[in-house]
Amino acid sequence: MTAVDTPPSANVGVTKLRKEDAHLVTGRTSWTDNLKLPGMLHVAFVRSPMAHAKVTGVDVSAALEQPGVVAAFSGADLVDNWSGGLPCAWPVTEDMKSPTHLPLATDEVRHVGDAVAVVVARSRYQAADAVEFVEVDYDPLPAVVDMEAALADGSDLADTSLDSNKSFTWQKIDGDIDAAFDGAAHVTTRRFINQRLIPTAIEPRAVVCAPPRETRETTLWSATQVPHILRLMLALTCGVPEHELRVVAPDVGGGFGSKLNVYAEEAVCLVLARKLGQPVKWTESRSEGYQATIHGRDQIQDVSLAFNQDATLRGMKVELLADMGAYLQLVTPGVPLLGAFMFNAIYKMDALSFTCHGIFTNKTPTDAYRGAGRPEATFAIERLIDEAANELGMEPFELRERNWIKHEEFPYTTIAGIEYDSGNYEAATAKAKELFGYDDLRREQQERRDRGDKVQLGIGISTFTEMCGLAPSRVLGSLSYGAGGWEHASVRMLPSGKVEVITGTSPHGQGHVTAWSQIAADALGVPYEDVEVRHGDTAVAHKGMDTYGSRSLVVGGYAVQSACDKVVAKAKRVAAHLLEASEDDIEFEAGTFSVRGSPDASKTIQDTALAIFAAHDYPEDMEPSLDSDATVDPENFSYPHGTHLCATEVDTETGQVTIRSYVAVDDVGKVINPQIVEGQVHGGIAQGVAQALYEEAVYDADGNLSTGSLLDYYVPSAADLPHFQTDRTETPATTNPLGVKGVGEAGTIASTPAVINAVVDALRPMGVNDVRMPASPRNVWEAIQAANGGAA
Amino acid sequence: MTKLNITVDGEVHDDDVEPRTLLVHYLRDVVGKTGTNVGCDTSNCGACTVHLDGRSVKSCTVLAVQADGATVDTIEGLADPSTNGDPTAGWHPLQKAFHTEHGLQCGYCTPGMIMAAADLLKENPDPSEDEVRHGLEGNLCRCTGYVNIVKAVRTAAAEMRGEEVSA
Repeated sequence: MTAVDTPPSANVGVTKLRKEDAHLVTGRTSWTDNLKLPGMLHVAFVRSPMAHAKVTGVDVSAALEQPGVVAAFSGADLVDNWSGGLPCAWPVTEDMKSPTHLPLATDEVRHVGDAVAVVVARSRYQAADAVEFVEVDYDPLPAVVDMEAALADGSDLADTSLDSNKSFTWQKIDGDIDAAFDGAAHVTTRRFINQRLIPTAIEPRAVVCAPPRETRETTLWSATQVPHILRLMLALTCGVPEHELRVVAPDVGGGFGSKLNVYAEEAVCLVLARKLGQPVKWTESRSEGYQATIHGRDQIQDVSLAFNQDATLRGMKVELLADMGAYLQLVTPGVPLLGAFMFNAIYKMDALSFTCHGIFTNKTPTDAYRGAGRPEATFAIERLIDEAANELGMEPFELRERNWIKHEEFPYTTIAGIEYDSGNYEAATAKAKELFGYDDLRREQQERRDRGDKVQLGIGISTFTEMCGLAPSRVLGSLSYGAGGWEHASVRMLPSGKVEVITGTSPHGQGHVTAWSQIAADALGVPYEDVEVRHGDTAVAHKGMDTYGSRSLVVGGYAVQSACDKVVAKAKRVAAHLLEASEDDIEFEAGTFSVRGSPDASKTIQDTALAIFAAHDYPEDMEPSLDSDATVDPENFSYPHGTHLCATEVDTETGQVTIRSYVAVDDVGKVINPQIVEGQVHGGIAQGVAQALYEEAVYDADGNLSTGSLLDYYVPSAADLPHFQTDRTETPATTNPLGVKGVGEAGTIASTPAVINAVVDALRPMGVNDVRMPASPRNVWEAIQAANGGAA
Repeated sequence: MTKLNITVDGEVHDDDVEPRTLLVHYLRDVVGKTGTNVGCDTSNCGACTVHLDGRSVKSCTVLAVQADGATVDTIEGLADPSTNGDPTAGWHPLQKAFHTEHGLQCGYCTPGMIMAAADLLKENPDPSEDEVRHGLEGNLCRCTGYVNIVKAVRTAAAEMRGEEVSA
């Protein structure tokens, strides 16, 4: 667990403009929907307009008569094509209930948008038209939409094949939780609602599938984050031999977890292409995606903190209701578990109890959305700490400092049983307070309070940490996850000295091509421009665990570094052979092998690549190749942290919230490309602010999605968001050779509680101690009215 | 079917389309201009923004037949094509600035964002941060948090005004 010193570098740690950009800024892109194959047919789905119903009949005959229609199938027509239902890879308990999830429903639909039939036509308009001619008979069933009602005795069932709406109860208790609360001098308790969100990657999902032609291989292109996982899971779901299936993720336009899944449309397109012998394409419309692509969050959180007289923490109790939606998708039940280790966050305590009930409702399934479990946990603890500080009459930073892990205490094993390798909360906080002008803003806040300004100023704090870099395979195994968390890279030295890096990560905006080039260029001592990075095609990158959970750099970058190290080790043997020197006397720096003490005798790594290609003269006990593979399995998660500060102005008459300033100091360990890191933080903060102020997926009492399009679901524009001022502290991770911690989710995890703490802080003098998210003018106004004792 | 005559990125196209064909689908599926993207079905996201006779429009909200006889410019025609060799030499200042300021991540909103920004800069060659933010409120980005998009637009504006731009 010691950090390996990285050699002096020319590229790592420096902003290099992205290699990815040229085709993206000029429109020479290869999004899945851009693909056009000879004879390609278009697929459209018939979806349930009801949240819950028996399907008593599906008649596609009229659709088949429509212009351009080639085929149409009901769920029953295709049922023999499935080897199983769509996969849930995370059975969190042995007795977890997971109803069979067929790609096309046969006898029961369980949410609005559940697919019941499919139409194939020569054009996308013809396919869309023909959907209207598929007749489906529904026998309505009661819709289950409220998690607490779903648990009541005699509740209607979200799925008639089950005997209750509870999928599982998962519990983890560390320390003596009863003692922690029984002897407490003070207990702070709250209920928080982490509302349902819709990820809304700007590229809608799309699938193209081409049947076998000259080989037995079927090729499936998908707007997915996980081509490797998808290949295996589709092979299992559709009974296609894995080696005869190639999955390609071409340009992919954002994901945020929504493309980390195995979807019905992918399975159906695979089966249709093979059945019809022609390529097929499906592209979701945004409104369709809002029903058929996973949602995120949706937890009711009952949380308590127990304190000693001196305001040190004794323990924390967490009881969650987590809405699974109608089915368990790929990792649906595991999402709250990823938060189970994070409720204690940066704080020391003697006991922690975590209980989560996974509940079925007749809504679109939830699954991993940017942060997956950790934003929920971080929101709860950072909100609760502020509430406790208020109740204890303390400055919120003072309470935090009293309880957080001091920098000299790392590595630190938390009450949840995981080891934080490194961190420095003091440093990040000091920097953030200075940039923010914390003391001046507190003074202004007091002035506004004193004069009863109708626009009050609030200051919100979030001293967050998270666990990412998913993940140590053995830990995933102990949590019953269905796969490992390793990552793979191959590095090939070409005869001309150029380099190909093949990565198992699958970027969709994160800049892996640039960052991996920087890592490889420095590790091999070759020019940055001489490195090409290939990814996202199972025929090219044969092995990988893909991109999610802020894992790509921490695990995938580590694999690139390891594979490069192996190349250098081989090249060193070749250089020693060519220089007729002992390998022990060979030094390697910036791409050149030289003999210690004889600086004139040297070979570049490119020389060794050419020599090994010719293979006329190389060491007898090695193969004539420098190419190397590395599959690395991390020994621990990584733990980025930081201090985010938000100042809001809240109009107490209208409930309007305006962010006046936002400062984020993040510690993501060593940084490969500062510009990319800053961009990840900006985007992350924006999504967390969106949860705090704007977004909520709303269902009515019948299970209809009221926020069914971008007209009703409020994704913020540039006009809705402020400038974010960012800075960093740098405490290297000690658990990987790059010293990196991951940055994809940090901003999202940190920012939501910072904003809500600021809104509540502004309204504190009015007696407000919580505001329901999103803190829209209405929700803020209602909180003010409720505090005034008036009916909302 | 209806006959159309449209000039797209400087090339004249004569096509027959169904009267209901959206301009964006005509551009993507008939002309093959797949640089222009579709991100929603309610004209909220702006991914499909192109210029119709010089003004930015959301091409998912325009019928192809409404563009009959008109000139349509897309992201694919924005760069000066005459500079062979260095592929970046002919880039529009906005394309350059989105690259240098890291104003894109996944890049899906980028064509629409750049086309909308180009129209904004025609109206207002020296916009403040706030004016850029409000000028682009019809275009959604989910990756960048907009900070670097705003920076890129102002950097491009400075270059287009002939001012010194630090890369």
